[in-house]
Amino acid sequence: MNTATVFGLAAAVAAGLGTYGLIANPQPLRKIIAFNLLGSGVFLFFGVVARRSAGAGFGGDPVPQALVITGMVVAFSATALAVALLLRLFQASGSATLRPNAPASTDSGRSEA
Amino acid sequence: MPGGSLLVLSLVVPLGGIVLAFAAGGRQVERIAALTLPLGLAIAVAIAVAVWQTDGPLVYLLGGWAPPLGVALRADGLSAVMMTITAAVICAVGVFARADFRTPVGSIESRASFAFWILLLGVWSGLNTVFLSGDLFTSYVALELLTFAAVPLVSLDGRAETLQAALRYLLFALLGSVLYLAGAVLLYGAYGTLDAVLLSQRIHAGPVTLIAAALMTVGLLAKTALVPLHLWLPPAHAGAPAAASAVLSALVVKGSFFIVVRLWFGVMPGLPGPVAAQLLAALGAAAIVLGSLVALRQERLKLLIAYSTLAQIGYLFLMFPLAVAPGSARLESGGALAGGMLQAISHATAKAAMFMAAGLIYAALGHDRIAGLGGIGRARPVSQHAFALGGVALIGVPPSGAYVAKELLLRASADHGQWWWTLVLQAGGFFTAAYLVLVLAHALAPAPEPAPMRTPVVRSREAAALALALCSLSLGLVPWGAVLPVSGIASSPLSAKAFGKALWPVLGGGVLAILLGRWEKETLPVPLAGAMVEMAGPARRVALAVGGLIERTDLALRQWSAAGLSLLVLVIAFCAAMVAAR
Repeated sequence: MNTATVFGLAAAVAAGLGTYGLIANPQPLRKIIAFNLLGSGVFLFFGVVARRSAGAGFGGDPVPQALVITGMVVAFSATALAVALLLRLFQASGSATLRPNAPASTDSGRSEA
Repeated sequence: MPGGSLLVLSLVVPLGGIVLAFAAGGRQVERIAALTLPLGLAIAVAIAVAVWQTDGPLVYLLGGWAPPLGVALRADGLSAVMMTITAAVICAVGVFARADFRTPVGSIESRASFAFWILLLGVWSGLNTVFLSGDLFTSYVALELLTFAAVPLVSLDGRAETLQAALRYLLFALLGSVLYLAGAVLLYGAYGTLDAVLLSQRIHAGPVTLIAAALMTVGLLAKTALVPLHLWLPPAHAGAPAAASAVLSALVVKGSFFIVVRLWFGVMPGLPGPVAAQLLAALGAAAIVLGSLVALRQERLKLLIAYSTLAQIGYLFLMFPLAVAPGSARLESGGALAGGMLQAISHATAKAAMFMAAGLIYAALGHDRIAGLGGIGRARPVSQHAFALGGVALIGVPPSGAYVAKELLLRASADHGQWWWTLVLQAGGFFTAAYLVLVLAHALAPAPEPAPMRTPVVRSREAAALALALCSLSLGLVPWGAVLPVSGIASSPLSAKAFGKALWPVLGGGVLAILLGRWEKETLPVPLAGAMVEMAGPARRVALAVGGLIERTDLALRQWSAAGLSLLVLVIAFCAAMVAAR
């Protein structure tokens, strides 16, 4: 079991946990964190692909590295947009939930499950 | 090459408009948008003319580097058609939205106006990039650009429900795009390139390729909101302001649909096989039934139009099994593909017209309850005609584009001997007519007392909606053979026989509307209609039981757990279907 395989398995675990979190967690902030975990898993997997398809003398194929950087910027912007929407939702309704017609939470510090 | 630089211009002009608008701010944003929209339309038309005149696709190599190292922009007939219709719809929406999103006199800058015009240009640049991208990673970036520009359009008015709808849309769309990216990573790992042309030459079936194809397809279906992955669409499209709903329903969902077409027809035509194509169209048929029946049960006009979008999205996916060549099990770019793309552009224009008309009605009446629409025909005849003509164009009355698309698909289904899709195509016409008849029956009813109109008539807005509806209605007259793989229509779109064929869906739709619609005694147009509703009593009870069942199914499917589970099940199902075809 070489390094690339270990990283590949780690990427699979991260992607799996992220997918589960994004689908199963009702709170939007946890969904956003799970999306980041899922994205990190896919980018790590892209890195493994870069390692395995490296040419002579290179540590890793440069094309996937460039694509991963673009992907990370996209994921970062997505997270920023999602968090901004979440903050605005909390300001507008007093609770951060994706369930429609939910009553505003009485405890303003906690987001509703 | 001159054609290539046109492609670059079509991307640079909207993006340059965004940068200028950010820098200038305030009142200048509307002026910059007003300058950019006609310029972009001219560029799109120029690209269409250039594609028509040259033999192969227009190509532009970014930085002069050829694939596999560099990135190529490619414009063929499909791209040119989609770009032209996108430009036309966005210009019409721009004319329509000038009254809604104007900086008020006396203030320096208004947030809604600033956001709307910049986001409109952002959606446009994202769509142009989608239509022109020549490799899978550029498509990913273009899809993300499109999503990030479309999501804030949903929550422009800042209410809590629309913010929830926008966040739900963003999270589900991000899930879809990560799946797409995972598939692209697998394809790069297997073949060493993501360029569409190079990949189509190197691709062959194998476990990695099949899994990548399944992941990418399901990710794109999540962004296109095909049933059962439609959890975000109805609240998002119904909650957005009218101009934004028009853009979202007409154009944004077509972006990810276009990538599915490019993937299945361009990159991997021999890969999916007939079973996966039948699965895709089966989901489309389920979307038609679910979307149309739930649309019939709606009380609000914008929600009805949003569910109608769900049904029409299902219609778009019916072309896939009809394009599989019987002998070789490859997807071929023939009549079925032309029919599907024609259906996409006629839906784009008609749905934009319907949402704009709904916006005008809302502005006039102050509400969009279907039961309270009585008397609108007298007060706002142009808006009502725009809505009716848009709906009629959607049903497929000749010479609309939907009629030609349906003829092409029916001919393909007859050629392939797949009679069940003939049934679905014909039934789709009935379902579409049903909710149109429902709305028009309520709108044509005389009002008990004339309702006060909230805002004065703005002729340019009504003209924009009517122009788009008429455009959709006359798309069948355009000679598509130059840019789409069409090879002659059997019957002329303007013959009497063609009109006769179009009458049946309206009659059938009327029956469905009587059985399933919400009717209140005071709003029935004529006493005869009241007698018909009474007579249909027992049948109505059965129909309402079925309708209630389907509404509960829709509600269950629109939970995160159900949608997420459907996502994973569909990935496995597509994998299995592609393996089964080997």
